[in-house]
Amino acid sequence: MNSAESLKSTYTPAPAHRYNVGDKVKVKVTFPPGHRRTPQYIRGKQGVIERICGAYPNPEELAYGFDGLPLKVLYRVRFPQQHVWANYAGPANDIIEMEIYEHWLDPVR
Amino acid sequence: MSNPHHDYYARSHHDHEHGHDHAHDHDDHKHPNPANEHDNGPPGEYEIMSRAMQELLEAKGIIKAEQITKRMEQFDEEFPYRGAQVVARAWVDPAFKQRLLTDGRAACAEMGTMLEAERLIAVENTPDVHNMIVCTLCSCYPRGLLGMPPTWYKSRNYRSRVVFEPRAVLREFGTVLPENVTVRVHDSNADMRYLVVPMRPARTEGWSEERLVGLISRDMLVGVTVPKAPE
Repeated sequence: MNSAESLKSTYTPAPAHRYNVGDKVKVKVTFPPGHRRTPQYIRGKQGVIERICGAYPNPEELAYGFDGLPLKVLYRVRFPQQHVWANYAGPANDIIEMEIYEHWLDPVR
Repeated sequence: MSNPHHDYYARSHHDHEHGHDHAHDHDDHKHPNPANEHDNGPPGEYEIMSRAMQELLEAKGIIKAEQITKRMEQFDEEFPYRGAQVVARAWVDPAFKQRLLTDGRAACAEMGTMLEAERLIAVENTPDVHNMIVCTLCSCYPRGLLGMPPTWYKSRNYRSRVVFEPRAVLREFGTVLPENVTVRVHDSNADMRYLVVPMRPARTEGWSEERLVGLISRDMLVGVTVPKAPE
C-alpha cells in the first residue's frame, strides 16, 4: 500500500490549532520573497475561520526541497467580497473562501 | 541511436532551424508523451526536462513507457467521468451526499473511486448558494475526478477575474443568478481540491444514477454552469 492509498480522509488531525471555526482572523500584511500560497489580494483582509483542514508540511519549505517540518495548521477562511474588493459589483452576501496557513493569520479581538 | 525519442528531438530541432517560433503554454506540456497534440514547434524547456527525466527513469528500470501511456489513458478516458458519477450518487443517496460533504476523499473511496493524493472538499449548491472554483495561483484542479483542466480554467483571464467579478464570468458561461443567491467563490490556493455538487434538476424523479450522469458536465462541477431540467 503506498502513502496515497493509506490516506483515507481529506483532513488530518491538528490538535495544536490556534483558531477555531467561527474565529475572526486577519491575514498578515507582509511580502516575503519566495514561494507563498497566500494570494497578495487577501493580505490585510479580515475573515472568519470556515474549517480546519489539518496540519501539513509547510509548502513554503517544500518548494525549496526541505522537509516542510514542523507541520503547519491549514484553515479555510471566509471573507465578504465587498470587504476584499472596495469596488465589488455584486451584493453584500457574496463571499470568497481560501486556504490560509496559521502563520499567516493574526487574531481579531 | 535505437532510442526513438532521439528522432523526436531531431524533428523538433529541425523545426527550430527553420525559424518556427511558437509561444509555448507550459501548462499544456505536462504530458510526457512525445506524440502530444501541440507538436508544432521546438519543445519547451520543461518538456525537454520531462522527457529527459522519463528516459532516465526508464533506463534505470524504475518505470516503463507503458506505465506512462496507461496513466495518460486514465487521465483521458477514466478520470474525467468520475466526478459525474460521484455527484449522481449524491443526488440519489442523501446519506452519501452528507458523507461526501463531510469528507470528500473518504466518500469517494466508499464508492470505489480511489483518489491518489487529492484531499477533496465537496461544496453543495442550494437555492441560496452557488459555488464556483478557481485557482488564482496556478491551476489546481481535482484531476482524479475531472481529468485534465480545460484551457479556460488555466487562463489568466479566468484566474484573475473569478475572484473579483464572479457574476460577470458566470454570465459569460450563460449562468445568470439572482442577487439573493450568494455566490461563494473558492480559491483553490493550497492543499485542498474542490468539487461543486450542483442541484439535481427538476423532472428527474425516479431516474437511475446512470441516467443522471448524462445530465452532468465538467463545467457544472467547477461551478460555471448548472444542470438544466430535461425537456
